[in-house]
Amino acid sequence: MSALPVEGPADDDVLVRVDHLVKHFPVRSSGLIRRTVAQVQAVEDVSLSIPRGKTLGLVGETGSGKSTLARCVAGLIPVTSGRVTFNGRDITNLSRRAMRPVRREIQMIFQDPYSSLNPRRRVGSIIGDPFAIHKTATGAERKRQVQELMERVGLNPEHYNRFPAEFSGGQRQRIGVARALALRPQLIICDEPVSALDVSIQAQVLNLLTDLQQDYGLTYLFIAHDLEVVRHVSDTVAVMYLGRIGESGPKGPLYESPRHPYTAALLSAAPAADPDAAAGRQRIILRGDVPSPIDPPSGCRFHPRCPKAQPLCAEAEPQLEAKAGDPATHLTACHFPVETGENLATATAATPAAGGSELI
Amino acid sequence: MTLLEVTDLTVNFHTADGVVQAVRGVSFGVEAGRTLGIVGESGSGKTVLTQTLLGLTPGADVSGRAMFEGTDLLGLDDHQLRAIRGARISVIFQDPLTSLHPLYRVGWQITEMIRAHDKSVSKKEATERAVDLLRRVGIPRPEQSVNDYPHQFSGGMRQRAMIAMALSLSPQLIIADEPTTALDATVQAQIIDLLLRLQQDFGTALIMITHDLGVVADIADDVIVMYAGRAAEKAVKRDIFYSPHHPYTKGLLESIPSSSAAGDRLRPIPGSPPSLINLPSGCKFHPRCGYVLDRCLTEEPGLRPVSQDGYHSSACWLPVQTAGLSEQAEELRASTVREGRGAAAAEVYDTKIAGVLGSEGSVAG
Repeated sequence: MSALPVEGPADDDVLVRVDHLVKHFPVRSSGLIRRTVAQVQAVEDVSLSIPRGKTLGLVGETGSGKSTLARCVAGLIPVTSGRVTFNGRDITNLSRRAMRPVRREIQMIFQDPYSSLNPRRRVGSIIGDPFAIHKTATGAERKRQVQELMERVGLNPEHYNRFPAEFSGGQRQRIGVARALALRPQLIICDEPVSALDVSIQAQVLNLLTDLQQDYGLTYLFIAHDLEVVRHVSDTVAVMYLGRIGESGPKGPLYESPRHPYTAALLSAAPAADPDAAAGRQRIILRGDVPSPIDPPSGCRFHPRCPKAQPLCAEAEPQLEAKAGDPATHLTACHFPVETGENLATATAATPAAGGSELI
Repeated sequence: MTLLEVTDLTVNFHTADGVVQAVRGVSFGVEAGRTLGIVGESGSGKTVLTQTLLGLTPGADVSGRAMFEGTDLLGLDDHQLRAIRGARISVIFQDPLTSLHPLYRVGWQITEMIRAHDKSVSKKEATERAVDLLRRVGIPRPEQSVNDYPHQFSGGMRQRAMIAMALSLSPQLIIADEPTTALDATVQAQIIDLLLRLQQDFGTALIMITHDLGVVADIADDVIVMYAGRAAEKAVKRDIFYSPHHPYTKGLLESIPSSSAAGDRLRPIPGSPPSLINLPSGCKFHPRCGYVLDRCLTEEPGLRPVSQDGYHSSACWLPVQTAGLSEQAEELRASTVREGRGAAAAEVYDTKIAGVLGSEGSVAG
């Protein structure tokens, strides 16, 4: 419990606030007596807030805990410790019954439009589910509302009786969007909503999400591994690494002058569709792979792969705080933040990196 | 030197629903030591194209020619192909978890590959070569890792092991089918860096199949953009990115959320790719194209040269001068469309094109 809560606007403008959230999953031994032998530290002391009507982009690689964090916010899994506040109300670990009205306000869009729709049910009934579950509309009224939704997300309302298999990937994602939109939620959590789609279709869905946000004043928690997609849709961005937030802030400063070496490496690693930029860019190649969240490295969790690591990094956990010269909203958890114009591609760490040092 | 010369390759699959026209007359060449990027969306035929070369599309109806080191790959039987696959041409697949056998040690899988093609290599020699290969692709402690099982490797390490396996018999050509798609950005950067370095060391030619224009911008020398089983555009990398001619290439570039357009609305390509069983008439892109002329509805354009040297070619009826992303090019496209929505307009463009190119340029590659 050490990181500072993210500085945000006044509380009544904040729709979602997460304070010191921790989520551990027990690892049990096999055999008759299933003892807990370890903990997967999926999310470790994360604090953030999302202002009403804005988009927070959450970036990170596989195993960074971004999807777990989203599921905690949506109340789909219980949190280990910490607090989730929605609309000024503490919704941490509410009972199923108490959570029910909140669920109408928080909806999710999932990554894979193929596995998130029941293939044996008709599209109209899939989109109509939220109305049925929350008993807000029945019969002809439900059908009318579903068709309205279909039209709103760019589907042909006459396809009400078709099966998901009759739709393309992009159209299926529109079905997912319509379902999420059905109860007019305040917050939509988008977990990699476009990463399974082709680029030309991806842009269609991103534009749709932007339009819906403007029309209905939606707030998005937008998870993606594609940095350009996140830059396009987000107002603020948080970068996660091994369950912790390494850097967060308004997207402009974060993308233009990243302070955390991991953010800088991620940005330099993202392939840009521009051969001249690719040729002129100093790419920071990180050593090794992301360590296991069961036994995360000491001190700063990024230090074994960091090009700037010093002995201190292995000992002390850096605080998420505004660094000198940065605006108060731009927070970095790093002992030796990246300076403007610094070339990390040639930097060498002063500490022997555990395990990964032999890798290129 | 042209290592692989594919001419008019056509692949059809006969299914209960009808004939799937996966590849429809694609021609290209791969030069020794160079990298050809094949870009396309799902269902554009890019994977079927390369798998057919290696005889990995059983049951398909294949025609055309694929000359590799003096032999036509499409005319070989299974036995002859097996001698080439892995030894002269090797493949790196997208998902390294499903392409390594989970029950055999990684080292064993590499040595088996070596010994399957060359029986004279002893087990010990083969293992030494496997260790050396794992070291070259950056696997830590290769002497121990050679005895590990695939599940003990991370995703990036598995893909490195696949690359080691692909290199094990010093092939002339490596076909990499979306090799980094399943990997995280920082690991993807490691793998691309590795492929580029190995290519310099070994002089291997590389065919890189991807849907990611960013990967192409990094690694390719030449690029083919595929759409509905055909090459829509073919050029050296710079021409594809800075003076695309085909509206589909242009559309792909514009639909990427890039830094320059941050905050603006994206410009997606409307609609979705056609079904390969039921293709539209004329140009297969016309239902999604913003620059449709009369003849696009009825006549499918073939690849035609759009540059003086004739290498940059595009399968589109728009005049050659419309190549590029400039405002002038856009105006010309718009005026062409205004004129082109009438009879006989097409004839005019043919003369214009001939005028720009001087004599008839030939389609290269």
